Amino acid sequence: MGATGLFLITFLIVHAGINSMIFFNDGGETFNHWGHFMGSNFIIRTMEIGLMLFLLLHIVEGLLLWRQNKIARPVKYAVTRTDGKTKWYSKSMGLLGTLILIFLIMHFYHFWIPSRFGGMANIQPLAEITLGQEYNNQPVHNLYKEMQNVFSGNLIVIIFYVLGCISLCWHLMHGFQSAFQTFGVNHKRYTPIIKAVGVLYSVGISLLFASMPVAFYFGWVN
Amino acid sequence: MEHYHMNLTLKVWRQKNNKAKGSFETYKVKEISSEMSFLEMFDVLNEQLILEGKSPIAFDHDCREGICGMCSMHINGQVHGPWAQNTTCQLHMRAFKDGDTIVVEPWRSKAFPIVKDLMVNRSAFDRIIEAGGYISVNTGNAVDANAIPIDKKKADDAFMAAACIGCGACVATCINGSAMLFVGAKISQLALLPQGGPERESRALNMVAQMDKEGFGNCTNTYACEAQCPKGISVANIARMNKEYIGAGFATEEN
Ligand code: HEM
Ligand code: SF4
Ligand code: FES
Repeated sequence: MGATGLFLITFLIVHAGINSMIFFNDGGETFNHWGHFMGSNFIIRTMEIGLMLFLLLHIVEGLLLWRQNKIARPVKYAVTRTDGKTKWYSKSMGLLGTLILIFLIMHFYHFWIPSRFGGMANIQPLAEITLGQEYNNQPVHNLYKEMQNVFSGNLIVIIFYVLGCISLCWHLMHGFQSAFQTFGVNHKRYTPIIKAVGVLYSVGISLLFASMPVAFYFGWVN
Repeated sequence: MEHYHMNLTLKVWRQKNNKAKGSFETYKVKEISSEMSFLEMFDVLNEQLILEGKSPIAFDHDCREGICGMCSMHINGQVHGPWAQNTTCQLHMRAFKDGDTIVVEPWRSKAFPIVKDLMVNRSAFDRIIEAGGYISVNTGNAVDANAIPIDKKKADDAFMAAACIGCGACVATCINGSAMLFVGAKISQLALLPQGGPERESRALNMVAQMDKEGFGNCTNTYACEAQCPKGISVANIARMNKEYIGAGFATEEN
């Protein structure tokens, strides 16, 4: 859980970083430039396979953990009471992860599948754009346009994205610091720092992601 | 603290033996003194049951002074009841008031099978200790206190870890039924001291293997164990055990 989780955390930084290029508000030019770089780069495409494997592994590990832990207490307590210190989200990682998974299915349907398998039957091909000289005037996927399409009309989609980001935030609030504990790092001075960085990271990355659909919906970027 | 008396309703888990299907029974106790301990209140209830010709409630207890770890009761949704860093035997009736209903359940864990009523079998812990919670040399006569120099901080941390009384509350309270706090404490108390050094790798590997074999759940770092441990054992011990375990995995090839 820890290794795959930390890998996913690192991925999210890159993902959020590149997506933030939309806030240049230049009609998606910078964003599409980087989007194309990521999509056409051999190293990145190889890492993408790793990412998918790690995501899958993380889910499988989570399911195994959930199953073994359920077996470990066959008879439940009739009454349970919280101690006031244990965090609800720490005890709800499986639930939060499942919410993220549901979100991810929708998210892949919106972006990843059309961008990777756009030419196949029943999958709407993406609009294309010409970025100019440096790409020999070859058209590339206009992922910016796809974002606009997905986010500009449908309020339900925006709500789903924001809820997805909220689930992610809680999942990371526990996950970030938990991964360090898993690897044996629990230090009088550094653990409070790790916990603070974890909260900043979780809230920051989730706010950043959530702001994107919201910005498109309200026409803050166009 | 003002002395008062109370009448209480108790809902207690009754189960004839490991195979039987258990259920809650409701009992009333009257004129319980606020100065009684929780187990003394149970003694009163049991005498009452015996006089009524019913079978008394089986529950574990031994020292009744918070040091042996035997008293295992899940009281109103919390291991060892409502007081922090406290055992059931040290819980006193002033924690309750007249008219309260108290629900008492046994530790719930696959690795702690119920023997009878509130009594569970915690020998899984003993087998984990047998797998490596010791050093394999005779200690001999008491030597000079400073014959082996030990860092003060490490000595203190080892002492804090050694405060674990093996009660199993960490397992009982954990949503995953994980025994990591107990095993973390037992590994730490030896790993921190020079005498524990020579066997540290095999100890970590063997104790963890035994823990998994016993069917305890996996730790997901919710830290409920630390919040509920009667001895305040810190989850830093779990991190230390993870470090020992990962390190041992790299250090040994013959295991
Ligand atoms: C796709 C659906 C997902 C599911 C079903 C899922 C499930 C879980 C579960 C059950 C845990 C165990 C709790 C623990 O050990 O602390 C966990 C931990 C964790 N997750 Fe996820 N998760 C998902 C997605 C993600 C994503 C997208 C990220 C990061 C960007 C992430 C990061 C983490 C981290 C860092 C941990 C802590 C690892 C540790 O404690 O060793 N997870 N996840
Ligand atoms: S760690 Fe605490 S709760 Fe767990 S067995 Fe030891 S004393 Fe009991
Ligand atoms: S009876 Fe010994 S600790 Fe409670």
